[in-house]
Amino acid sequence: MNKINGEIYMQNKEQKELLVRLGEAQNKFGYLSEKVMIELAESLDMSISDVYGVATFYSFFSIRPQGRNIIRICKSVPCFLKNSQVIIETVEKEIGIKPGETTPNGKFSFHLTNCIGVCDKAPAMMINSEVYIDLTPNKISQILKAHK
Amino acid sequence: MPVRTVLLGQGTCCISAGAKQISAALREEIARLDLAGTVQVKHTGCRGFSQIDPVVIIEPEGLLYSEVKVDDAPEIARSLLPQGQPIERLFYRDPVTDRAIPHHRDITFYNKQQRTVLKNCGYIDPEEIDDYLAVGGYQALRKVLSEMTPEQVIEAVKRSGLRGLGGGGFPAGRKWEACRRVPGDEKYVVCNADEGDPGAFQDRSVLEGDPHSVVEGMIIAGYAVGATKGYVYVRAEYPLAVKRLGIAIAEARERGFLGENVLGNGFGFDIEIFQGAGAFVCGESTALTLSLEGARGMPKPLPRPRTTEVGLWGRPTLLNNVKTFANIRWIINKGAEWFASQGTEKSKGTAIFSLTGKITNCGLIEVPMGITLREIIFDIGGGVPGGRTFKAVQTGGPSGGVLPEGLLGTPIDFDSLTAAGSMMGSGGMVVVDEDTCMVDLARYFLDFTQKESCGQCSLCRLGSVQMLEILNAITEGNGRIEDIDLLIELGESVKIGSICGLGQSAPNPVLSTIRYFREEYESHILEKKCPARVCKGLISYIIVSDKCKACMICLRKCPVEAIKGGKKEVHVIDQDKCTRCGVCLSVCPERFGAVEIIPGREVKIHG
Ligand SMILES: Cc1cc2nc3c(=O)[nH]c(=O)nc-3n(C[C@H](O)[C@H](O)[C@H](O)COP(=O)(O)O)c2cc1C
Ligand code: SF4
Ligand code: SF4
Ligand code: FES
Ligand code: FES
Repeated sequence: MNKINGEIYMQNKEQKELLVRLGEAQNKFGYLSEKVMIELAESLDMSISDVYGVATFYSFFSIRPQGRNIIRICKSVPCFLKNSQVIIETVEKEIGIKPGETTPNGKFSFHLTNCIGVCDKAPAMMINSEVYIDLTPNKISQILKAHK
Repeated sequence: MPVRTVLLGQGTCCISAGAKQISAALREEIARLDLAGTVQVKHTGCRGFSQIDPVVIIEPEGLLYSEVKVDDAPEIARSLLPQGQPIERLFYRDPVTDRAIPHHRDITFYNKQQRTVLKNCGYIDPEEIDDYLAVGGYQALRKVLSEMTPEQVIEAVKRSGLRGLGGGGFPAGRKWEACRRVPGDEKYVVCNADEGDPGAFQDRSVLEGDPHSVVEGMIIAGYAVGATKGYVYVRAEYPLAVKRLGIAIAEARERGFLGENVLGNGFGFDIEIFQGAGAFVCGESTALTLSLEGARGMPKPLPRPRTTEVGLWGRPTLLNNVKTFANIRWIINKGAEWFASQGTEKSKGTAIFSLTGKITNCGLIEVPMGITLREIIFDIGGGVPGGRTFKAVQTGGPSGGVLPEGLLGTPIDFDSLTAAGSMMGSGGMVVVDEDTCMVDLARYFLDFTQKESCGQCSLCRLGSVQMLEILNAITEGNGRIEDIDLLIELGESVKIGSICGLGQSAPNPVLSTIRYFREEYESHILEKKCPARVCKGLISYIIVSDKCKACMICLRKCPVEAIKGGKKEVHVIDQDKCTRCGVCLSVCPERFGAVEIIPGREVKIHG
């Protein structure tokens, strides 16, 4: 870090790449392993703890292995008002895990997330980068079956 | 030359509702009927009325078909034959009059709107720059570069009265001027598309439906403040917006609107997209610049210089919201005076709201500033569905406040909403009805902000946890009457002791619900009742004896065997055993409707 007029900013312009590269690694490997973080720290001339600090700050990065498919159900108010609780319970029942967990066969990871911006079609969720809207328990089974 | 255009929305929610399949089917049918020469199928962004998605519009007639399915494609294609007739069964039906409405302009949802920023969303193909050019796109940029000095541009933005639409409402022209005045040959323009407020999706819709309007606004801003590089910070949850914006930037570069020598004028400007990674606080200006620099997005400590002076990589940076940039072309094209003639004295132009929650017409609307909440909710939004009663409206997301029925006359503008204890914020508008518990709602909003706190201010971090614990206690029936004042006190200190807008506004939902719905808090605490029948610890399930047909369905399904009764014997719930899981209510056949929820826990036997 560096300061101009007493103000904090990053001096190392290369570091801008960090979020991009973390995102790429996350997409490629499904999570950010220690090895990836060490490599990134070296190539961007940063300390490992700085890389770790960034990786754990953002909710889209995970430092533990994730399932092949990542389910994110919206837990924000507009979805809540349209019974997202029932959707969350249905998914829990269908795949047998709670939010924050990964199925033993590595097929699904399941998270609750903040608003994904389709609140007019609540309740909603994302699986990987697909958005699913107007969810009902019946739809859930079909959608989950379509994922390998 | 096509005689007819079939417009088909392809926003995120349209696509999730099957718009891609409909489009493919339509194109196939149109080709099969040999209509390809006279009918063009055009993909557009969001038209806003998502309640009736997917929508097909036929121009030039302006016919609107609602809730279209893939199977409707052959019939729609046939209707486009020379002898074809409009398809009445697909017309939108007004929920009040039940009349079929053939033309989109006659639909009440659109009648009271005034679409400026959203004007072309839903009419042009966001992935075709020629479509944007055909509606006057990049004319503002041409005009600015050929006829105006940067100072004149800033003067126009100032005279227009445009205020930032990212929440704060800071006058855009003053911000531009401040950034221009800071010396330096390396400056940045940043577009804030982080849109993290739950219940807001207007920035997504603008980026998906009319990305060039944002690009054009940013280039003009770059010229005005003297920047050569722009960034759009988009949240990770918006892949389609990122894709369309990427196409728009590439097309703009190809046509010479971006690059080292914009329109041969000697001015150089380029734009890069940067994706966030899921942290709400990154929407705050100083956190956003740190995030763009690849660091943890934490608001910078106080005292901090303005981003306009020391922003990205320590350089002067102009940061505005998506809609703020999208307004610029209209100010340049139609004139600052035209813009300033709309809206109220201190809030000019239009406001965009995402209508969600317990409202008949969910969707995205654009209205003139000064319109009342009542007009938005009842005239455009169609009121509360299902015969329920309106209870409150939350504007401004988790930073805003909850306003009751009595304040529906409040005009929409930055200052009136703030005075009422809420705020314009990012434009989320969540309507709740009698079935929503205000204590629970406040708790839910606070739970969000508390989890999203970056943790550096102890009052934001700890104060909000403490408030949350009190709210939990109240909803569980363990509240004390002095808790209400304690919440107010804590709320005020969290507001004062936080260095960024997140902490400064986090208590608003709690404070405003106490202000307007205090009796509901008191019922929870003193009477141990949840009047809205939501909080599990403060309600009872009962079986109404003269409705119960002794069918034994609920009795068999109750997971804890709390229901007593038998054949021909009216059923009764043992309140001590009941866990209030709600199964009996959901299994009791609708025609009997014998299970009810009542506020309070005293009841042992009913009937
Ligand atoms: C916690 C927090 C989150 C914010 N999120 C956003 C956001 O998602 N989009 C946005 O434009 N402004 C957001 N803001 C406001 C920005 O700090 C900033 O005021 C705004 O982007 C400036 O643009 P404007 O002047 O065009 O409104 C947020 C502020 C805070 C404190
Ligand atoms: S107010 Fe909260 S979110 Fe904002 S800087 Fe302080 S701790 Fe972080
Ligand atoms: S609410 Fe659940 S526990 Fe209570 S009586 Fe009904 S089914 Fe049984
Ligand atoms: S609240 Fe669920 S998508 Fe916005
Ligand atoms: S994206 Fe389809 S109506 Fe909004």
